[in-house]
Amino acid sequence: MSKSIHLTLKVWRQKGPQGKGRFETHQARDISTEMSFLEMLDVVNEKLTLEAKEPIAFDHDCREGICGMCGAVINGRPHGSLKGTTLCQLHMRHFKDGDVIAIEPFRAMAFKIIKDLAVDRSAFDRIIQAGGYISVNTGGAQDANALPVPQDKAELAMDAAQCIGCGACVAACPNASAMLFVSAKVSQMALLPQGRPEAAKRAIAMVREMDAQGFGNCSNETECEAECPKEISITNIARLNREFFKAGFGSSQG
Amino acid sequence: MSRNNDGLEKARGMIQELRAEFWKNVTVPGSSGDFNQSLERAGRVADFLEFAELMIEDALARQESCGGHFNEAYQTEENEALRNDDEFCHVAAWEYKGSGQAPEFHKEPLTFENVQLTQRSYK
Repeated sequence: MSKSIHLTLKVWRQKGPQGKGRFETHQARDISTEMSFLEMLDVVNEKLTLEAKEPIAFDHDCREGICGMCGAVINGRPHGSLKGTTLCQLHMRHFKDGDVIAIEPFRAMAFKIIKDLAVDRSAFDRIIQAGGYISVNTGGAQDANALPVPQDKAELAMDAAQCIGCGACVAACPNASAMLFVSAKVSQMALLPQGRPEAAKRAIAMVREMDAQGFGNCSNETECEAECPKEISITNIARLNREFFKAGFGSSQG
Repeated sequence: MSRNNDGLEKARGMIQELRAEFWKNVTVPGSSGDFNQSLERAGRVADFLEFAELMIEDALARQESCGGHFNEAYQTEENEALRNDDEFCHVAAWEYKGSGQAPEFHKEPLTFENVQLTQRSYK
């Protein structure tokens, strides 16, 4: 049953990418436990707007856990402490009346803060542009089963393709590494025959771009896997490493 | 689901009142110089009001019923949509002529080569 709770928010406020940030305290009153975390922020923002104060900027779009747009660090954990959940799907019933909640943006050198909790994650787009695609011929669709795919490989590829590119893995990692993201994007193709033609270039190109964008590397902390709202497995990172080494042997780009 | 001309006229008046109130009372916190989600939303509301007004204009101009666009004034004896393909078999393209100006109507005719336009019948 829904009930109403009062919360104290310690929210990161930062005017822009160059600005100096600080925590600001806000009261979230009469919050229904059926609200999502973002709806709770909407309530706080509505109050701020009516007081002609600047509302808290935060990223959001689909609010159903599939777009990868939302995300903030809640009490030190990206997307909050609930496992396998994006921030928009985290509901206020997981909080208690009187709780103090710290809300921070996803922090990483490669993720510039746009304002408050809104973060520029276009570095991920540039990694995808570097190699996260396959080439397909246009025209009529190929006959089904013309390319046989073993069921176990199909399942693993689908698991990797669950990645929504939210960046929680980067925010969780002490190295601000994007290895879980890159490994998911490499794996979803490396596991399927359609992804093999560019395999020799893909892993190297994407890892290079990841480094160029300022992400760190993996030191097996496994915090990314623990915080990933889509529960992407770090075995994908092992596959990325294998793809990377294999590509190095077979490619002029080594 | 249907519309009628009285309802459309009433809605036009209400939207004009809403627009006037919006532009008079809108408060947008923050500045226009940096990332401002409040400004983005205010802009969307302004767009919705303009768009809604234009849709009403277009619905009033189209004096026929067509499929789900059912104007109660134009129905057959069996209460089906009464088309008027002689006058309204076209796309209405409305050109924005500036704030507060009436939009200009451009008629883009629809030509059908392989099908004949007929009254829908479920019998």
